[in-house]
Amino acid sequence: MSDLVLLVLAGIFVNNYVLSQFLGICPFLGVSKRVETATGMGVAVIFVITLACAATYLVYNFILVPLGIEYLYNIAFILVIAALVQFVEMFLKKSSPSLYQALGVFLPLITTNCAVLGVAVLNMQKNYNFIESVLNGIGSSAGFALAIILFAGIRERIEFNDTPKAFDGFPMALVTAGIMSIAFLGFQGLIKL
Amino acid sequence: MGNPIKIIKNGIFDENPTFVQVIGMCPTLAVTSSAINGIGMGLSTAAVLICSNLFISLLRKVIPDKVRIPCFIVVIATFVTIIQFLLQAYLPSLNASLGLYIPLIVVNCIILGRAEAYASKNSAIDSMCDGIGNGLGFTIALAVIGLVREFIGSGTLFNVTVLPDAFPKTLLFVMAPGAFFTLGCLMALLNHFKNKNKNKA
Repeated sequence: MSDLVLLVLAGIFVNNYVLSQFLGICPFLGVSKRVETATGMGVAVIFVITLACAATYLVYNFILVPLGIEYLYNIAFILVIAALVQFVEMFLKKSSPSLYQALGVFLPLITTNCAVLGVAVLNMQKNYNFIESVLNGIGSSAGFALAIILFAGIRERIEFNDTPKAFDGFPMALVTAGIMSIAFLGFQGLIKL
Repeated sequence: MGNPIKIIKNGIFDENPTFVQVIGMCPTLAVTSSAINGIGMGLSTAAVLICSNLFISLLRKVIPDKVRIPCFIVVIATFVTIIQFLLQAYLPSLNASLGLYIPLIVVNCIILGRAEAYASKNSAIDSMCDGIGNGLGFTIALAVIGLVREFIGSGTLFNVTVLPDAFPKTLLFVMAPGAFFTLGCLMALLNHFKNKNKNKA
């Protein structure tokens, strides 16, 4: 049991997918100008990654392995994720228009968020069982949400500061991310899995 | 029918995927702890990009507009799987050091971006040149970042020691934060020169 809790905590802090493994950098830099949009993106990612981890685990172990075509995992996973994102989008549109309004623009972007495919592939490579896969998904996506919300908070403040002209925009964001990444290095070695 | 050399040049300089378009950031930051890794990743991505651009351009009249994105992704994923097998067979050490990031070429925004923005609208030859240009632009960017990080972080260039042992090495630069700093500073440098040129003109 404690192993499972540690798995989630490790995903959030120690192996933070954005700041130490560089997965999902595009949305991290792209939609982090405002805390609200960052929160929306974070929530959407938690939702999709958790579902995607469960779905890809099932597809891998109950379709690809019995048929002996594990080597096609990459094609299968990306199709599952694309279909899943589409499905989530349609489902939200019907069932909860307000949530759809908030998350709508981010959902199509998530298909090409490498954190989703990355976590699915890592689960497979590490031979996690179903529960471990889903928990790893929750931990790592919560880590993504935490990083992007903190980052957006910092960026909102930096916007009004006097930065050197050459550093305007992306360079400043990258340096900020670098400093955050140093802060997260502090968690290294906290949990050994 | 555009001028092939112009299209290639455009991809390398004017629309450099990393420094100008700022897409495909994940592999840019993740695998550039050494120049060799950066070039390996850049060339693998370029190979996938050229093949997928060519194929998508050839198929652009067959693929229905509504399902084009899934179709593009299947084409791209197929080529990535092929590249992965080739690396596993012929360059196992590079494959091991790039690891997870090889299957992740599928979700590199550069490839899908070029497919959607260019290959689905232009002729096969033009699309291939576009793939070559963007692929090379990406490779050059990764190589530069890799060189800087390797030099500062471990005092080597292409695995050859150039700094004397007594010289302090900033290990931070081969770790995650170094990637952010290096790219940020390189982009700031480019901005600086651009601003200077603008002021002159």
